[in-house]
Parts: sequence; structure tokens; C-alpha cells
Amino acid sequence: MMEIRTPKTHKAKRVLEKRAPKLVENGKKTLILHGTKTSATLSAVLMELYRLKKGGAIKYSRRNENIRPFESGGETSLEFFSLKTDCSIFAYGSHTKKRPDNLVLGRMYDHHVYDLIEVGIENFKSLLSFSYDKKIAPHEGSKPFICFTGEGFENVPELKQLKEVLTDLFRGEVVDNLNLTGLDRAYICSAISPTKVFLTHCAIKLKKSGTIVPRIELVEVGPSMDLVIRRNRLPNEGLRKEAMKSSKDKPKKKVKNVDQNDVLGKRGRIYIPEQEVGKNPLPDKSKGVKRERREGKLKKNKEEGSASKKLKGSE
Amino acid sequence: MDTEMDQIYQIDVGNLLAFNPNHRFPSAPSSREELVKECVTEGTKLVQAIADTLFNFPSTETVDGPLVQLPPPTTKLPREKHLPMPKPPTKWEEFALKKGIQKRKKDKIVYDETTDQFKRRHGYDRVNDDNDIPIIEAKASDEPGEDPFAKRLDDKKKRVGKQEKNRLQNLKTAAKAGALPSHVQLAVTALPISGTKTQPQKIGKDALGDVAGLAATSTASGGKFDKKLPGEKPPKKQGKHHKYLPVVPRYGVVDEEKEQTNKVLGKLLSKHSHEILNVGKAINMYNDKKEKKKSGRSDKLKAKKDITKKKPYANKAN
Repeated sequence: MMEIRTPKTHKAKRVLEKRAPKLVENGKKTLILHGTKTSATLSAVLMELYRLKKGGAIKYSRRNENIRPFESGGETSLEFFSLKTDCSIFAYGSHTKKRPDNLVLGRMYDHHVYDLIEVGIENFKSLLSFSYDKKIAPHEGSKPFICFTGEGFENVPELKQLKEVLTDLFRGEVVDNLNLTGLDRAYICSAISPTKVFLTHCAIKLKKSGTIVPRIELVEVGPSMDLVIRRNRLPNEGLRKEAMKSSKDKPKKKVKNVDQNDVLGKRGRIYIPEQEVGKNPLPDKSKGVKRERREGKLKKNKEEGSASKKLKGSE
Repeated sequence: MDTEMDQIYQIDVGNLLAFNPNHRFPSAPSSREELVKECVTEGTKLVQAIADTLFNFPSTETVDGPLVQLPPPTTKLPREKHLPMPKPPTKWEEFALKKGIQKRKKDKIVYDETTDQFKRRHGYDRVNDDNDIPIIEAKASDEPGEDPFAKRLDDKKKRVGKQEKNRLQNLKTAAKAGALPSHVQLAVTALPISGTKTQPQKIGKDALGDVAGLAATSTASGGKFDKKLPGEKPPKKQGKHHKYLPVVPRYGVVDEEKEQTNKVLGKLLSKHSHEILNVGKAINMYNDKKEKKKSGRSDKLKAKKDITKKKPYANKAN
């Protein structure tokens, strides 16, 4: 017996349609939560990350004891929250003696954990500690510039993964049209060592230059921190291939020389190169010629055979 | 691609992303402030590079400011959900395709001949309403006792039922192909194994836990080596269930263990013990056992004892 459950209100129906899998997806939402214990720096980091991503983030304030992202059974709670809030990226903070100021950034595919990267936070400077002219403060929800510097991002696999995760985290919505006056923030990530990344958030000042392109000046406004790579988990190869699939990968190959006809069915055209009749010599298949060749071959074999015998005899 | 000396930046305008793979940070730690300054200056260069390409795009002027068309992003990032499956055609759609039936758009307002008015097609005061027919003419094929109005109602009910069944079937085929429409959830409420048509009662969490515990401990090893699903809690009563009677009898209470054995003995030795104990069978079993022990065992491995041979005479003097 099957039971069909349909939403009873239009609003519910719209919510379900928004969360359904689509060809062109919505921007990823971030889920921010923390574990059993957090330090002052870590709670500040989580709060500021939430403020930076205000439009597309959900912050949970209660502590979650049974979430352990790197253990096999400890991700069920995360997957449940991801399903309920429709969030595909999460930032889980915890503070233990072994891993102080620990932040796990993870992504979900179909509400199951896709990949994880664990970073430790050092030298954290809160956005309240930066003093700047309030006019240039970036607006909420504006599309940011993201800059990566350092050869580490290309050579070290963990940093490569971190680059991808940070791009996904800060990217926001993918838009077709962009208002040039609304560009006011930039995230700068620099790989200062193979295990450390310096992350800072700056506001953009556009200054007049001679050309159409204004001169850019960056002023540090937001939180800045050092991310130290700890553990990571790369996605399954099969899962990665599936997640990277997009509908525009292989455009449908146009089949040439085939057409459909309602009356005659499927018809194809075959092109044959021009037959030059009279130019190529015809093979001589007359009987007499055949026999001669055969006899000729026999003679040759006899000679060869006797030659080899001679050789053998001489030995 | 911006070339400056030997620095080539990887720019993805669609994401407003820039990557400089050639910068080398000094391994010797300079002061923190200098490091920060260096990072910011490098970042400025990258943002400038993106802005160069961005501001050179053709822009349209709007109220809020110049609007620019962004190219699609070039860095590939994983999707958050799987690609939607194409919906399989419904039975009607297949039929329509085969027959070449085209969809025709229907008007909301239709001209009603009987009242010479424009009426709506569906809803209150509609065209061709079933309930409005005052007289139904009898046809030659009609039976005398039949109520034609009731018949019309019946037909309508049947049609609605059939349509509902078809709709369910279409949803089932879509669910099978993994392409269920997003606002529909298909839930199985009963297992197809049971023959009864009644819906099974909803089992509570505690009851389910008890049953799961029972199932786990009913194995020979008491559920110790069962594979556990992630997040599954251990069963409430682990290990085998043994009931041990107290060894030392409590004050005033009859010795339970003694009682137990006495009970069994009493039953066996009572007048009606032949009802409990099958004496004939017991005797046969005992005799069989005895015979097996005495006479030659069919152990092919063991050498058969030859009874004709006598034991060597043991010298009594030694």
C-alpha cells in the first residue's frame, strides 16, 4: 500500500520545490555549529563567520555532543541537520586539549558527507578590533572577490582541497549579471607555509585612475586568522565524479546523415567515393596464369630444398 | 591571464576568483605586520587584475549602477544535490505521442448554448454542470427500473476512481525511475507480505527497541558479534538470559532449587507418570546404549578386538 504525501499549502509546496535537485542549483547554505566545548576565540570565529555569510547561513547555538565528523558513526546528526535546514556546507567548531580551536569545514552531497577538512585557528583578530572608515564597510550579502596566493595551493593536496572548500564557502550565489557598484569585499588567502594559510577579509576602495578601470585599494576590516591544516578527508573517487557531473558536459552529438521520416522511417545516407571505371587494372584471373604461378612456385621450393640439403651435406 | 614579468595569474571571472601560484612567501618569519602587509599587497594586485577584465566588459546602465554580464565560472565545484532524472512519460503522454494528439489550450470562459451566456468552464455556475440537467430522455436501451440520475453519479464516481488509480500508477513509475516530482512523497504504509488489508498499528519507539533487543540476543552468541549500523545503540539486555535461583535459601522462604528438583521427581514417580514418561521408549533407549557400549563398535579406525586370542599368561611370581 502506497501513501502519497503532498503538501497541503502553497507555501510548503514552494519550499519543497526550492529544495528539490535542479539542473542549475541555488547557492549553498552554511550550517554553523559547535561541539561540547568551545573557547572564546572559537565562538568569536563562528559568530563572525555567520555575520559574513548572513543571508546564506544558519547558526545553531546549542552544543552538540554526538557529532564527530571524522568518525564513521558521528556524522548522522550532521546529515540530519543538513537535511532539515537544506545546508550543504557546514563549519563545526570544537575545542579540546589535543586540538585547540578546531574548525572542521565540510561539504555535503545529497545530504551525505562529501569531504572534510580540519583546521586549527591561530592569531585570530576579531572584526571589532579593526578600526576603519564606516563608509567603506562592506554591505551584507555582496559578492566577494576571492584571492589565493602561494605555490602551496597548487602543490600540496590538503591546501588544494582547502582552496576548493574556501571558494565554495565564500562564493555565495552564482549570478549572471553583476552590479559594479556593489563590489565591496575581498577575501585574501595566502599560503605562508605548506601547512599554514593566512586568511583575511578586506573592504574595497575604488579610486579614480585615468582609465575606465578604477584603482583598487584594500583595507583590512574583517576577521583575520591563521589556519593550520590538521586532518582532512578527500571524497570517494566515484562520488567525486558523480558530484562534478554537470548537464553541460557533453553536448548532444548531432548525428549526421540520418533523418527520420514518418512515412519511410529512419533513413541514412551513405557517401561512396567516385568509382573511376577503366582507370584501375583488372586482376588477371585467367586459368592459364594461375597454373603457371603454381608451377613456378614449386620449382622455386625445389631449388631451395636442394640448396639447403647441400648445405647440410657440407656440414 | 595577466602577464607581469613571470607572474601569470589564474583568473576565474565568473567566480571573481584569482590565484597567483608563483608567489613565494619568505620562509624566514619576518614580523607579523610585514607578513600581513605583504599578503594584502599581493591580494590588491590580484583584485586589480580581476577588476581590469571586469570593468572592460560591455555594461548596461541601470538605476542602481552599471550592470555587467558575467561569464559562467570556470572552476569546477561539486554539486550539492544529484542531477535530476528526466521524468518518464505518463501513460496518456505515451498514447498521445503515438496517436499524434496535440495539446490544446482551453479557454476559461465558454459560451453556454442553453442559457446564451458566457460561463466559466470549471467551478461555480459552470457550463455543462451534471447537477443542472432537469430531464433525461429515456433511450430504447434503458432498463425500466433504473434511475438515470443515480447512474450518472455512479459513472462519475467510477471515472474519478479510475483517474486516481492511473495517477498513482504514473507516480509509481516515476518513483521507480527516481524522478518523483519534488512536492510528492511516496511512502509505503504496509508490507506487501501480509495478506490482511488492514493497516498495521504504528509501533512505538520503546516497542521497536525491545523487539530489536530480543532479535539481537536470540542468536547463539547473545548478539555479541552482530554487525552494528552506524549510530545504533547497544541492546538493553546484553548477553544470554540466564535465570539463576539463589543458592542460599532466604529466611522463611522455601528453598527454590530444592523445590524445582522435587517437582520434577514427583512428576516422574507419581501414579500417572506413564503419561509423562514413555517407559517403553526409555527402556529401548537405555538398552541400545548398553549394547553399543558392549558389542563391537563400528569404528573402522579402531582395530577390532579379536576375542579368540587369549591374553598372554601373566607370571604370578613376578
